Amino acid sequence: MTEQSKSRLSRNLIVLWTVCVLAFLYVPMVAVVLASFSRARYFRFPVTRWTTQWYDKALESLSVRDLVWTSLSVATLVTIFSVLLAFMGALAFARYDWKGRKLYQRLVLLPIFFPQAVLGLALLLWFSALGITTSWHTAVFAHMIWIVPIVILIMSIQVYSFDPALEEAAYDLGATRLQVLREVTLPILAPGIISGGIFAFLLSWGNFPLSLFSTGADQTVPEWLYSKMVMGYTPMVPTLGSLTMSSAAILIFLLYIVWMIIKSRQSQT
Amino acid sequence: MASNGNSLKSWFRQPGVLNALPASLFLIVGFAGPLLMVFGYSFMPPKTFSLLQAPTLENYYSVVSDSYYISFFWSLVLAAATVIILFFVTYPIAYGMAKIFGKWANLITVLIAVPLLISENIRLFGWVLVLLKNGIFDGSLQAVFGFSASGLLYTVPSIVLGLVYVYLPFMLFPLVIGISMVPDTLKEAASDLGASRWEVFREVELPLSMPGIMIGSILTFILSLGSLAESKILGGQTVVMIADDIESAFTFAQNWPKGSVLSVLLIALSGLIVFLLFRRIDLDRIIGRR
Repeated sequence: MTEQSKSRLSRNLIVLWTVCVLAFLYVPMVAVVLASFSRARYFRFPVTRWTTQWYDKALESLSVRDLVWTSLSVATLVTIFSVLLAFMGALAFARYDWKGRKLYQRLVLLPIFFPQAVLGLALLLWFSALGITTSWHTAVFAHMIWIVPIVILIMSIQVYSFDPALEEAAYDLGATRLQVLREVTLPILAPGIISGGIFAFLLSWGNFPLSLFSTGADQTVPEWLYSKMVMGYTPMVPTLGSLTMSSAAILIFLLYIVWMIIKSRQSQT
Repeated sequence: MASNGNSLKSWFRQPGVLNALPASLFLIVGFAGPLLMVFGYSFMPPKTFSLLQAPTLENYYSVVSDSYYISFFWSLVLAAATVIILFFVTYPIAYGMAKIFGKWANLITVLIAVPLLISENIRLFGWVLVLLKNGIFDGSLQAVFGFSASGLLYTVPSIVLGLVYVYLPFMLFPLVIGISMVPDTLKEAASDLGASRWEVFREVELPLSMPGIMIGSILTFILSLGSLAESKILGGQTVVMIADDIESAFTFAQNWPKGSVLSVLLIALSGLIVFLLFRRIDLDRIIGRR
């Protein structure tokens, strides 16, 4: 075998392997969607009778509405607060040079590596010691401990490629601090801010380990799914699962568009 | 003293410090505070709910003499198995994304990142449906070959499958960055000087992509070490992982000091690993690629 045909073979093998692993990643999602259209009370494969009745039931159910509303409220507030905190945090992470920055970079990323279940329990202790009753409000706080560092990381990638000379030029031309922020800094960093926001929303929307210990009497969608998986399976589990997956898919599509805009902008400059 | 106060003041005036302040304060209140409290509770007498008592090492003794080393052992074994499997599964893909796929790499990045944004519970539940008796795998086998493969679910391999599945992106993405930091010219130079493909890989590619490999391995190791959902949803009660023990100590047993000790031990273990890693790695170079 020549050297060239050898490298073509290994190239093809790598492509084949990648396709297999990508398929592997989507197996469970396909399984959940299949189960949501199966009529049987308990899932059996191959599916013989199909139905959309579980979707009708899910959309009519008041308790499902409550769950979705709680999850949405948590995710929305987490997104707003995380973007605000992480925007400043990312500037400190990647834009400015200051004494103590290396230490800050390391410490601020620690919560990402932290076991979430343990973090959730520690927060439960913390809230009870401070005399705060847990509810979906405390869940917002709990999610942010994990999500703010991630959003800082995502925004930093954009901030690293930001040229501070643009801001200085605007100051030299007589712009005020607010004008520079509004006309220069924010528009340039907008793609990073939007993708950070979408990540924040989705990570909060799908979070389970932190919600489990911090929502108190309230319940988010992932918590409900878990409780039904462990005991009392109903076909509503795959159905609600499919519904949350498809809403996530729509947001991811938006994220992809933002990402394409970044790419085309980068290739222009 | 006066000059000290002044330099502190001027340090605070830096824009970097001002911008770092909100997130830092937030994490001090929401992250450092709770952890310190867990640390404090680990020295309180068992089954008490107040921090205002004489500190004791009783919980540490009881944890060491109890059978908790079994769940620590299982967590370590499962995490190590996950890292090793993930390295071999993702290395070819990472190599392809860094060197072969060209503009397709972007699409593959998106396809691999998307599952991260879908609740872990739902994805693990999907695997339950696949591995279940009469589930997708078993059902297909019965329909096509006529024999059954029930009993796949609630086993140690099914937990490893879940861990490998959930943490795949955390290994893959650092590897891609690590491998793309290896210049092609260096590999060509090595093979021009007569190195075989294996030698090029071992002597040039592997050492130079080490930062990425280290970050990926340690990230997946720590995440698997503290994981809860995989062993609960896919493992049933086959194996108790350490996060499981921590949860039951805090919830069912209502023994906060014991749960705190176990948390402190887990945190110390993961913290040590992260600390050793971060000391050797320059984040500016990896994230900003300067």
